[in-house]
Amino acid sequence: MRQLLSILTLVLMSFPFSAKAVLPSEIMNDPTLEARARTLSLELRCLVCQNQSIDDSNAELARDLRVLVRERLLAGDTDEEVLAHIRERYGDFVLLNPPVQSSTYILWYGPIGIVVFGGGLALLTMRRKNRSGIGSSLTEAERDRLSAALQQEGD
Amino acid sequence: MIAEIGHFALIAAFVLAAIQMSLPLYGAQKGDLGFMELAKTTALAQFALVLLSFSALVNAFVTSDFSVLNVVLNSHSDKPLLYKISGAWGNHEGSLLLWVLILTLFGAMVASFGRNLPPQLRARTLAVQGMIAFGFIAFMLFTSNPFERVLVPPANGQGLNPLLQDPGLAFHPPFLYFGYVGLSISFSFAVAALIEGKVDAAWARWVRPWTLAAWCGLSVGIGLGSWWAYYELGWGGFWFWDPVENASFIPWLFATALLHSAIVVEKRDALKSWTILLAILAFSMSLLGTFLVRSGVLTSVHAFATDPERGVFILLLLVLAIGGSLTLYAIRAPSLQPGGLFRPISREGGLLLNNLFLSVAALTVLLGTLYPLFLDVLNAGKISVGPPYFNATFGPLMIPVLAAMVIGPLLSWKRGDIFAALSTLWVAGLSALGALAISLIYSGVDGILPAIGVGAAAWIIIGSVMELADRVKLFRTSVGDSWRRLRHTPRSVYGMTIAHFGVGVLLAGIIGTTAFKTESIQNMNIGDSVNVSNYNFTLNQVQSIQGPNYIAERAVFVIQHDGKLVATVNAERRRYPVEQDTTTEAGIHTSWNADLYAVIGEGNRSAGWTTRLYKNPLTPWIWFGTIIMALGGLVSLTDRRLRIGAPSVRRQRNIPPAVVAASVK
Amino acid sequence: MRRLLYVLPLLGCIGLGIFFFLGLDGNPRALPSALVNKPAPVFTLDPLPGRLNAQKADFGGLSRDDLTKGHPTVINVWASWCAPCVAEHPLVDRLAREEDVIVHGINYRDRASAAVNWLARLGDPYAKVGFDSNGKAGIEWGVYGVPETFVVDSKGTVLFRHAGALTPEIVKTNILPLIRKN
Repeated sequence: MRQLLSILTLVLMSFPFSAKAVLPSEIMNDPTLEARARTLSLELRCLVCQNQSIDDSNAELARDLRVLVRERLLAGDTDEEVLAHIRERYGDFVLLNPPVQSSTYILWYGPIGIVVFGGGLALLTMRRKNRSGIGSSLTEAERDRLSAALQQEGD
Repeated sequence: MIAEIGHFALIAAFVLAAIQMSLPLYGAQKGDLGFMELAKTTALAQFALVLLSFSALVNAFVTSDFSVLNVVLNSHSDKPLLYKISGAWGNHEGSLLLWVLILTLFGAMVASFGRNLPPQLRARTLAVQGMIAFGFIAFMLFTSNPFERVLVPPANGQGLNPLLQDPGLAFHPPFLYFGYVGLSISFSFAVAALIEGKVDAAWARWVRPWTLAAWCGLSVGIGLGSWWAYYELGWGGFWFWDPVENASFIPWLFATALLHSAIVVEKRDALKSWTILLAILAFSMSLLGTFLVRSGVLTSVHAFATDPERGVFILLLLVLAIGGSLTLYAIRAPSLQPGGLFRPISREGGLLLNNLFLSVAALTVLLGTLYPLFLDVLNAGKISVGPPYFNATFGPLMIPVLAAMVIGPLLSWKRGDIFAALSTLWVAGLSALGALAISLIYSGVDGILPAIGVGAAAWIIIGSVMELADRVKLFRTSVGDSWRRLRHTPRSVYGMTIAHFGVGVLLAGIIGTTAFKTESIQNMNIGDSVNVSNYNFTLNQVQSIQGPNYIAERAVFVIQHDGKLVATVNAERRRYPVEQDTTTEAGIHTSWNADLYAVIGEGNRSAGWTTRLYKNPLTPWIWFGTIIMALGGLVSLTDRRLRIGAPSVRRQRNIPPAVVAASVK
Repeated sequence: MRRLLYVLPLLGCIGLGIFFFLGLDGNPRALPSALVNKPAPVFTLDPLPGRLNAQKADFGGLSRDDLTKGHPTVINVWASWCAPCVAEHPLVDRLAREEDVIVHGINYRDRASAAVNWLARLGDPYAKVGFDSNGKAGIEWGVYGVPETFVVDSKGTVLFRHAGALTPEIVKTNILPLIRKN
């Protein structure tokens, strides 16, 4: 019950379904930096919402993080450094683009793995079937009977 | 009283489902025509009963019967009528009832329209359908009864989530479920075929129309959901890779693969075990989606109120249905007769490629959706998998599919000539390159990815038409001859052309809205004007208005282009006092090639309001494309050939039943 | 060999089933802290305006230095607008008064007057209270909701974080043992 109340408080801090959340006051003067801020915001999760980025959410925490992203950019951080800064404080969960690390190898390399596996399987099956052939679908005995029958026909 | 009738009807349907899942199966095994025919009666009666039950629930909502718990929790007497009705399925219990309604609807349709099916196949299919109904009605009766009463009816209800009080969202579940749940019939056909041990061209022909119908419904359902998100959530996004969105998209991908795979079974008697597997997987993914939405295992904006106890029940249903069918598959599929051979470069090869990549795409979306859960259960940390992952993996996987879509139909069966096919498509290739070039010039060199997308869209749009042109030998013979060929083209070919064309339009819309959108965020006072990509938005006035169950601030924007008036749009911020919630309604002007989109945020007369203004090029094409796709499917459905059974069945019609029974194993 | 392939889908299904069953117990929204077993973040906060001691002087602000004074501390993030904070406050109080634990508070995104009144009404168990009006210190701590409680050892390493209201179990099983040991 207490857990529910806490979650409720977290939820109360968010208004997930309002308009896209960047406020005019947050927009930076430098359009390149602002564009970077928007792209980065799309990669950061709003932790008090259900599945939104901080760019989309009206929640207070989302706004704080948006401001933080802009401050770091102004301080000269690269994109990776900004993301790392926030990841240090909030953990992997805050990254909407999962990092490539040992725990996510299956996630990132799985799809191509399945393509190779499935494609290879398909090709192998086709080759095996084609080798045992479109032409040679008769057994030895049947082929003998056929040639015998054809010979008879010829007579 | 009426609620009790609804409840009892459900119980009666439950009993019928129990009969339907057992006796016809036995009958098919023993060749007993009587028991087999029983399936028809139970299917029709089940549908009638569930319809009665559903009507009772809708009635309770429409009459605001607050002695029914479900109505109390999800309705309010001030709600407009449309949303009282749609409120019936805007909650866990009611939507389950809708689920079962569509399940039994498909069963009834097979019972009445499946006259040309062999009796054993129909009996077994309906039996499997009955098993699914049994499980879900049990779930409702034991854990999620929509007709539960409240001892002391309150004066009024708690209202419906304001987001759901919307026409798009009112119709989204029925279409979605028609698709989602309709795939159950393909599943039942597949399981029936496995039980019988026989998959042949006739089976593929029977499965196709049902899968097509479900696919059309699912396409429209997903499209409606996406369209709703676009105009309701206030910033023009239309797809978020949210777990529940993915849960509806994965079955769609498998269903598309199934549709194409069944063609190969029908025409060339090949790819049988793959097609059967796809039929099982498509519905299995629907079931999985049902589990994900209602169990609380994943966070999603769409999730219904969750309850772990319900989660366990659905999981059990899932394991029985999916595990059972896959076990049957593992046992029976290896002994299915392998079919016609073909070279890798051939129409079958193209369809196989299509299957492979669509399936991998579906599995990738599934992987991304479930991965956080995997790691969490394994205690390997908590991660998020969001849109960046899906965009990075799904897009590239679709490229072979989009390429094959155009080339494939031009390859012949068994052994195709790819150079001949490509040379036929030279116009499409040229258009693609042209579109790519234009896009690059427009957006500069770092717009290379969108440019490729635009090129791909042009490739598909022109290419699909070129295929038809080639078929009727346009410009290669007389106009009269071409016209004659066109008139004799089977409907399913038209359907394919239209559907593929729709995909191209859809792709163009997606590229347009993601890559070429112009956004402007600012503070505006009354009278201010902002220029967005040569369109001038002026905030004319902001007034307070009263809706049926909300109070709103309405902003009127006047949009001009080159000095001429284009449109006047209203953007609102609504407050629903009962539900204590706020929603925004965007003001949108749609033309054939772009959307002009205005949103009003917080603010007041003295300080001004936050406004967000957009020009979204090609965005309407997303919805047009989806509709065209579904239209293509419908056209295909009307093909007479799909409704005429295989010749062997017709021969049986005048044979006395005893002989039929004897010939049936 | 081929038969093995046909069993693959079934194996996948069984695997998924097991995962889901195990996953039903979990809470997909519960977050582990990224700071556990790492040094406490560097931060400096002004004292809560209006919160005065017996001598009518303020207590001094809260900063990282207060966490490396050679004894373990508990940091409690709270706000006057937070309902669960009211529910857990008696436990925080008991921790400070009866168990002799040094509890510092971070007043997160609050109005000073409301916060001071809240403390006056419900009791003030905190040694120092940092006034984090813009939430920046909270971000340094990885705070994503209120209340949150951290246990920091004598050398300034974060040992434990609980998000949500405290319960007697958590105090008994997690917080006290860590305090006693460090």
